[in-house]
Amino acid sequence: MNGVRSKQLLFVLGPLTGLVMFGAVIIVATFLTNREYREPDRAPIAIVDPTPRASGLADEAAAADAAAKAKPYVEAEYRRFPVVGSRVAIWAVAQLHLLFAAFVLAVPIFALIIEVIGYKTGDKRYDRLAHEFSKLLSVSFSLTATFGAFLTFMLIALYPKFTNYLMSVFSPTFLPYVLLFFAEAFFLYTYYYGWGKFHPLVHIALGAGLNLVGTGIMLIANSWLTFMMSPRGISDSGALISLEDAINNYTWMPINVHRIIANVAFGGSVAAAYAAFKFLAADTDEERAHYDWMGYIGNFVAIISFLPLPFAGYWLAKEIYAYSQTLGLTMMGGAFSWLFIIQAVLIGNLFLGANYYLWLGMGRVEGAQPFQRFVKYLLVAIVLCFMIWATPRSIIATVSEIRAMGGSTHPILGFFGVMSAKNTAVNILILTTFMSFLLYRRTGRTATVSWAKTGQAVQLLIFGAAAVFVIFLGVYGYFVEASVRIGLSVPQVSSVLFAMVSISVIDIFLFRRPKLTGEVRWGRIPAISQYVLIFIAVTFTWLMGLMGYVRSGLRQHWHVYGVIRDTSPDAFTPTLGFATQVVSVTVLLFFVLIGFVFWLASLHDRPDFEAGTKAS
Amino acid sequence: MNIPVVLAILVVFAFLAFRKANLFILALAWWIGAFVFFRFGFTAPIPASVISIYMGIVSLATLAFVSSSEQRREEVSRPLLRLMTEKRFAPLLAATIIAIPALAAANVYVQMNVPIEPPFFPRTIHPASPPEITVHEKKISIDLGDNPFRELEKSNPQEFRQHVENGRRVYYQNCVFCHGDNLAGNGMFVHGLDPIPTNFADGDTIANLRETFLFWRASKGGPGLPEEGGPWNSAMPAWEKILKEDEIWDAVLFLYEFTGERPRAREEHAQ
Repeated sequence: MNGVRSKQLLFVLGPLTGLVMFGAVIIVATFLTNREYREPDRAPIAIVDPTPRASGLADEAAAADAAAKAKPYVEAEYRRFPVVGSRVAIWAVAQLHLLFAAFVLAVPIFALIIEVIGYKTGDKRYDRLAHEFSKLLSVSFSLTATFGAFLTFMLIALYPKFTNYLMSVFSPTFLPYVLLFFAEAFFLYTYYYGWGKFHPLVHIALGAGLNLVGTGIMLIANSWLTFMMSPRGISDSGALISLEDAINNYTWMPINVHRIIANVAFGGSVAAAYAAFKFLAADTDEERAHYDWMGYIGNFVAIISFLPLPFAGYWLAKEIYAYSQTLGLTMMGGAFSWLFIIQAVLIGNLFLGANYYLWLGMGRVEGAQPFQRFVKYLLVAIVLCFMIWATPRSIIATVSEIRAMGGSTHPILGFFGVMSAKNTAVNILILTTFMSFLLYRRTGRTATVSWAKTGQAVQLLIFGAAAVFVIFLGVYGYFVEASVRIGLSVPQVSSVLFAMVSISVIDIFLFRRPKLTGEVRWGRIPAISQYVLIFIAVTFTWLMGLMGYVRSGLRQHWHVYGVIRDTSPDAFTPTLGFATQVVSVTVLLFFVLIGFVFWLASLHDRPDFEAGTKAS
Repeated sequence: MNIPVVLAILVVFAFLAFRKANLFILALAWWIGAFVFFRFGFTAPIPASVISIYMGIVSLATLAFVSSSEQRREEVSRPLLRLMTEKRFAPLLAATIIAIPALAAANVYVQMNVPIEPPFFPRTIHPASPPEITVHEKKISIDLGDNPFRELEKSNPQEFRQHVENGRRVYYQNCVFCHGDNLAGNGMFVHGLDPIPTNFADGDTIANLRETFLFWRASKGGPGLPEEGGPWNSAMPAWEKILKEDEIWDAVLFLYEFTGERPRAREEHAQ
């Protein structure tokens, strides 16, 4: 009974206790709430009138919010690259892209030629040589593409408005460009990895395809950059009228020709530098012999391609004048004219270096002594031509020197500063270099054909006649008007080319079955010759950088000459010293990177790593 | 040419050839002979900047020659090795060691010991013209334009002569004071001007330029020179403020007629 009562009591007391506890919580909470700080009662006006600071902050936030919402989309004209500025940044990247692109276009040209020679003659050495050259391709191709992408992003990021304009004109060329790029990757890797895996003719066809596609890519890219210099096919406001005219502008074809030739010369010189590097690092006589021969071939390719380059340069300069007298004068008589003196010094050094290498190369051949006596005469001709070519038209002179000369032009040296003298000098330089090569070719061999003496006399006659004709036209050029004088360069060039071709043809028949008087001892050449090869490669590269700056800098404060004005903070022509510093740093970067390519290529020949052994 | 200097150099070389001098001595003689020839062999002295270029070339060529064959390398290094290793040459070696820095010091002294001169501003010979100018409210294309009276030379020689004669009058009334009677840039004011006025009669300058270029220079003068390559300091007035357009074209015709030069033709785009 008691138990039942207790349960009933608990049933009643439970909810009651709960209610009491709830009430207690409410009371405690109310007590605490009542003790919380409360704002004193104020007049209504004080509540709606915040402090000046709070008001200011609120207004500022509201204004910022409104401004953010109302901000219009404005296309950026320029963006700034940190530290060095946009121009130097784009300059260096474009130059590096171009140098690698030139190398990647050039190596397949002469690799293919050497491969064809190997196929025709059956001499396996040529095939191995071509394969070794092509080893440098795949990494260089990747670096070219990387720098190309880098350049594109830099253009879009730093020069968006100008890039947008170029895209508006040339967008139809982009898709073919990309497709050709894919085709180039296909041909390049198939050509390289397929070496010895296909029938030789199939492999040669792959090489031809690679060259064709590579040239196509270059032609498209050339249209973009030459348009910037000599725009055509557009309205007065810059709207595109004819894409064909925009592509085929005044300087497009001269640049195409100039670049194809220069690329081969440059590629040959870099490949020769690679051989020199390997020669100097070689441990055995066999290796030295192989790399000496490789360096010789690379240098031969470089110099043979280099010989017609000045004429392609003249054509380009003529078209620049034809497009705009202003551009022509800026280039040859104005702010950029001194760069051509630097160019003359570099090219003169190239000729001197090339001849010097051939003279040193005579030491490889037994019985070359009789030919050494001609060296001093060749050297005198080279020095005289070099001096004439490097004589500036606008001489740097102090006031007293100018007064002593009787004016800003020297009465005698003034004659050397103009085109007649320069053209003559370069033609004689080319003939002299050709003569050095011819002498080198004869070392260790004697002609046995019955008409040997007559043949050699005819060769000498052609050589002499060409030299006299070139000098005669050079002197004649002083007595005729400028347009005729410029035209005289054509017969000058023609006579030199005729002399080189005809003398070579006679030489081939003259030495058909020669009597060998001395053996060619490949690898027996002083180490200095290898440094000459490296010097030639560096000079070529520096020259490309310098002349690339001249071509691009001529536009001065225009992105697209006469159409899109450069309004960036960099719209001024840098000093010659600054320009040469940028070129030098870029060339240095290129050689660091190409050194990396050489090193990667050399890994191919190393033995595989095995634990516990040291790779040699 | 300074004939006595040239003859002296030739005599020295003839003597060395007669004595069959060693290659080292010959190379040294070539180098010194070249310097003496460039420095003292011309009556109108060659500026130092050009001598530096020439001597750089001579130095490279000399080094290339003496090292171009094993025999030459051996021949040129033999006296040097003997000088450095044989005891009897010790005094000569000591003298050489002292002479090299002494010569360098002497060169520095000579380079620095020059009379005080006004600062030198390297200038370009031909400033670049603008593609187009406005003269007397008329736009004239420098790149694509031509002298409007040049065609009269063939179509109407008589009228052409009248323009040339008018140009002569314009020249001798306005330009002669600076550019001179014979157009050689040696007028009576020339000694007060730096840069000196252009010499039209040098057989080269105006022959390399188109007539529109000369028109631009005459009409816009010193104030119209481009910013590139400045400061120009040219005293040439802007003749458009004094002369009519036709008078300037006539003066340009006269410059070519008087000197016998032909103006540069416009280059044509090769199709």
